Amino acid sequence: MEIILAIITGVLYASGIYMILRRSMVKLILGIILLGNGVNLLIFLLGRITKGQPPIIDSTEKALEGIYADPIPQALILTAIVISFGLQAFAIILVKRAYKVLKTDDLDQLNTTDEDS
Amino acid sequence: MTNDIIILPLVVHLFFSILLMLFWNKVNFQKVVSMVGNAIALCVAIWAFIHVYNNGTQIVESGNWPAPFGIVFVGDMLAVTLVLLTAIAGFAVSVFSTISVIKARLRFGYFSVFHFLLLGLNGAFLTGDIFNLYVWFEIIIISSFVLISIGGEKNQLEGAVKYFALNFFASMIFLTALGVLYGLVGTLNMADISLKIAEVKDTTLVEISAVLFLVGFGIKSAIFPLYFWLPASYHTPPSAVSAIFAGLLTKVGVYALIRVFTLIYGGDSFLTTLLLFLAIMTIFSGGIGAIIQNNIKKVFMYFIICHIGFMIGGLALFTEVAMAGVIFYLIHDIIIKTNLFLISGLIYRIKATTNMKKLGGLYAHYPKLSLLIAIPLFSLVGIPPLSGYWPKISLILASFNAQEYWFFGALIFGSLITLIVIAKLWSEVFWKDQPKINFPKKFIYFDQLRLGQKFTFVFPVAFLTFVTLYIGFGAEHIQQLSQRIAMELMNNELYINAVLKR
Amino acid sequence: MRTIILKSASSYLLPVLLLFSVFILLRGHYLPGGGFVGGLVAAIAFVLDAFSNGLDKTKGILKFHPGFFMPVGLMIAFLSGISPMLLAGLPLMTGIWADNPIPVIGAIGSPLFFDIGVYLVVIGASLTIIFTISESV
Repeated sequence: MEIILAIITGVLYASGIYMILRRSMVKLILGIILLGNGVNLLIFLLGRITKGQPPIIDSTEKALEGIYADPIPQALILTAIVISFGLQAFAIILVKRAYKVLKTDDLDQLNTTDEDS
Repeated sequence: MTNDIIILPLVVHLFFSILLMLFWNKVNFQKVVSMVGNAIALCVAIWAFIHVYNNGTQIVESGNWPAPFGIVFVGDMLAVTLVLLTAIAGFAVSVFSTISVIKARLRFGYFSVFHFLLLGLNGAFLTGDIFNLYVWFEIIIISSFVLISIGGEKNQLEGAVKYFALNFFASMIFLTALGVLYGLVGTLNMADISLKIAEVKDTTLVEISAVLFLVGFGIKSAIFPLYFWLPASYHTPPSAVSAIFAGLLTKVGVYALIRVFTLIYGGDSFLTTLLLFLAIMTIFSGGIGAIIQNNIKKVFMYFIICHIGFMIGGLALFTEVAMAGVIFYLIHDIIIKTNLFLISGLIYRIKATTNMKKLGGLYAHYPKLSLLIAIPLFSLVGIPPLSGYWPKISLILASFNAQEYWFFGALIFGSLITLIVIAKLWSEVFWKDQPKINFPKKFIYFDQLRLGQKFTFVFPVAFLTFVTLYIGFGAEHIQQLSQRIAMELMNNELYINAVLKR
Repeated sequence: MRTIILKSASSYLLPVLLLFSVFILLRGHYLPGGGFVGGLVAAIAFVLDAFSNGLDKTKGILKFHPGFFMPVGLMIAFLSGISPMLLAGLPLMTGIWADNPIPVIGAIGSPLFFDIGVYLVVIGASLTIIFTISESV
């Protein structure tokens, strides 16, 4: 089971980085989204996959018994999803505005910052 | 020792950020409240600094959960020193931005996001949990994205796209490194990781996570070969925004590198060799980049890169003398770089351009202002007894004792390049006569401002210059402080015992 | 997308979805749920209404700019985070709970108010983003 998830994580990372290196701004955003998903899956995988209970203590017990899933990677992934949701929303609005002002989707033509003014 | 005083800088900045968000449209009210808020934050930072200086490392366990299970905020000497410097730089930039940023930009919630940025910076310095560090880093970059693109002009948007892509990628690499580290040790508290990492058997994975941390923080602190987003984007926003970015954002990356490499990965020989090589290349490429530039802001940007190389090299030497030099250099560099960009904003307001070919005659027309500007410029070069001289002595001594002659040569080269470029800048901007060019007519020049507005322009520069003079002439105190911090960094047991309460 | 099926469905779904989002918010401490996903469901309710009836009518239902939710929510969350420091001398963000649980809502404590603050911030942020994007299209 873990080998399948590891291969999927690798494919997401590779495709994300490939899309980031493309020339179009929209493909940059798609690459960023793919890379974000790859990172979340990596954190999930590194928390060790077990066939265990959810990490919630019963109302009759005082502590967790038996094999249970690790709650910390779930918290990390949730935080990472929320943060990358905010960043992706910002990226979409930024690229939209940049397209309106710069009138091009081609990243190689953004070179007014390199000019000597 | 738990004490809530070290949380107060965070609380103050969050409160003022929310307060300023509630009054979105009233710009004049926002200006006054922001200056008051930064003044209060400065007082709280001084109070926290004095408290930790007298009483040792303080911790706050948030949620009242004991140390390895909950998030702890650790106020050791390095953290409170950096919080104090953030408060000083934030105060100066906030006063400068009330007058220099145009009203149309202020209307988009500039001050609220500025306080949010300072909140993120303080949180990153004070936290003792490595995932919490990631969260504060994200708050910093979200605020910096908003600040860099407020206004929406063409070159701002271009710079924002490049800045965004590379910083987001850096965050993803940091998160990857975090995931690998958590998988190895099973805990997120930095003191606990430092204890448990010695027992991990798979040293290859430990090295991989260390290099991933190096790449992730290296992109943020602009070391070679990861610095190319900096010359493409730092000169596009208004000068006040560039000042706070230049002074603090790259230094958060350096702080994170110092913390991770002293606490978690000790002096591993592969890592130190790699860091030393990167530091030498950073000094070299930053220096060469600064020689050819014609715009003041771009010269200062390449100096940011060059001087980051000094600090990273000092970290790579990994002795106590080198660490003291790095900390002193960090203290000096935050104040100087903020001041330099505020000065470039001042020059822009005087002459409507920052191109060295079109500037001139500043010494003839404004002699007192030129004297004020000369002090940080010469302190950047490292002329004794100004503040740039003392940390370079520690670094040169440490590199000579560790027999790293390449780094020794790079330090000399970096200082020489700084001297050459600053001399060229001084002669082009201040000494030569004003060449005949057409000035834009619709610009509000410095001469046309009222006395109160002129004072608001010059006061932040004077304040930071005064702090630089104090660091330079009171170097004995700062050296003692740096040595105390270096001793705490090289001996982790103090930090670990304070956090885990042993 | 102004078909009559969507219009009549959304006019019934909007209040039900809002009630469901409050339900998700209140159950968050014991079972899956919480402030973030409750806020998203509430935002989706308004977006569905915007799709079927047009953006201007939805703005009329809201009566003020959704960006106003964000500082109010942040203020509630901030106050509930530092209230243990001010009231009981405990560190930042400790949970202080009242003694008896209330029948419908459950136990009252500072984490509940923090979650309500998060709920409002998420509604404000999501609606601001979606309204900004769809206005400029």
